Amino acid sequence: MRNTDILIIGGGPAGLAAAVGAYEAGARDILILDREERLGGILKQCIHNGFGLHTFKEELTGPEYAQRFIEKVLAYQIPYQTETMVLDVSADKVVTCVSRKNGLEQIQAKAVILCMGCRERPRGSLGTPGERCPGIFTAGTAQKFTNLEGLMPGKEVVILGSGDIGLIMARRMTFLGAKVHACVELMPYSSGLKRNIVQCLDDFGIPLLLSHTVVDIHGREHLEGVTVAEVGPDLKPIPGTEKYFPCDTLLLSVGLIPENELSEMAGVKIAPSTSGAEVDEQLQTSVPGIFSAGNVLHVHDLVDFVSEEAMKAGANAYRYVQGQLPQGGRKVPVQMGFGVGGIVPQFVSENAEDKVSFMFRPRNVYRNAKVIVEMNREQVLSKKTMILAPGEMVNLSIPVEKLKGLDKADSILVRIEVPEA
Amino acid sequence: MKYELTCINCPMGCRITADYDGKEVTNIQGFTCARGKAYAQTEITDPTRMVTALVGVEGTHVPLSVKTQTPIRKPLIFDALSEIRKTVVVPPVHIGDVVISDVCGSGVNVIATENIE
Repeated sequence: MRNTDILIIGGGPAGLAAAVGAYEAGARDILILDREERLGGILKQCIHNGFGLHTFKEELTGPEYAQRFIEKVLAYQIPYQTETMVLDVSADKVVTCVSRKNGLEQIQAKAVILCMGCRERPRGSLGTPGERCPGIFTAGTAQKFTNLEGLMPGKEVVILGSGDIGLIMARRMTFLGAKVHACVELMPYSSGLKRNIVQCLDDFGIPLLLSHTVVDIHGREHLEGVTVAEVGPDLKPIPGTEKYFPCDTLLLSVGLIPENELSEMAGVKIAPSTSGAEVDEQLQTSVPGIFSAGNVLHVHDLVDFVSEEAMKAGANAYRYVQGQLPQGGRKVPVQMGFGVGGIVPQFVSENAEDKVSFMFRPRNVYRNAKVIVEMNREQVLSKKTMILAPGEMVNLSIPVEKLKGLDKADSILVRIEVPEA
Repeated sequence: MKYELTCINCPMGCRITADYDGKEVTNIQGFTCARGKAYAQTEITDPTRMVTALVGVEGTHVPLSVKTQTPIRKPLIFDALSEIRKTVVVPPVHIGDVVISDVCGSGVNVIATENIE
């Protein structure tokens, strides 16, 4: 059996940054496994710009952003194996994988970093009635066709969901000569960035239909059209508001799901609010020596934060290998109060060092609200905000000095306080 | 002429209205910060956009991703796209290599955003 100190599953933005983070912390025995032909993950197909403003202070396209990290991995001579599919991860960190080159093999790692990213919610999870005809794609699949394969999924397009990938694809399809008839959003607000709404829809006169959804799909041999209806406050379609849109392509941008099948095989506990691993402030999962970072841990809004998180996971994995990461202390649970969804980390160790970072998604749009952190029912942080929205993650960083009595705390609460009307 | 736009600087997405007579932007309203006011000014008088697109690569169906080196004037987007679409490059090409110089007389180069060997 092969051995390695740190094995990283996934060579996308998280895996690359985890490798760089581990190397820069001192690790020299690292291996990245990726199932695709090339490193870079989803960034390879995100050819639009807007990546890296936080990390590099410039706006890069996805492939350019990925290349910055790939070049570091090459410069550090970190080994990687592409076209290699991981089949199993055990709690004692034996990773089973298969590739054409090496066949089936097992690798014993001292630490594993889970960087598998996420996948798109498919049509099947929506329960939309209608024909099961060709012409229906997730937005990311269509993006792969157009940007990596040079293929066009169709010419007359309707987009369901107004997440950023859907908005970006509205512009891409328009650029490639298709007509995008509408972007249909169930919620009364878009979860996409304002910039994308303006520059991907408004610029081309594509209507954004808020509080609307697709209620029927038509076409036997191929998609011929969809029926769109308005929804009420209960998100149920309002009878009589149906409108037919002829189209040959329906793109779905209706959410992302962290890919945690391997994590579960290793016995890693999954948090319901993120669908990712439960981690402490070191990004260590419930299984000692297994770490998680990036979109497999929780779906991020910006790749910069994926890189930052993964570099931290990489450095901590190396400290674990060296026996320098404090283990076994009591874990203080982090609770989500009003307006807070998908918090990470779910636990803070009583012996936490330096500073503790929290990330979460607001459950709704809140104006002039405060983000409050309490420990033992005492306020340790209060931050005023102009606007909070589900599309933008909130980042909080608290120095441990401010968490006095952490060793005796029963919980930490993060909540949003909205001004009284 | 009356302009109505959405500020893109933050999730507030302020609805900004303003008048423009072809020379001067006046009566800017609805912004909540200086960035919003500045955005309205440039977005009305000289809107620009980064354009990212794909060019053909000789000998393969896999396209190469490219971008305008700096934003180009918004009315030039579709002309630039059709010039980009007609372009076929011969490998090797590296990030930053000029694929089209001065696209559509915009004064801006189109450069590669990925490597192809």
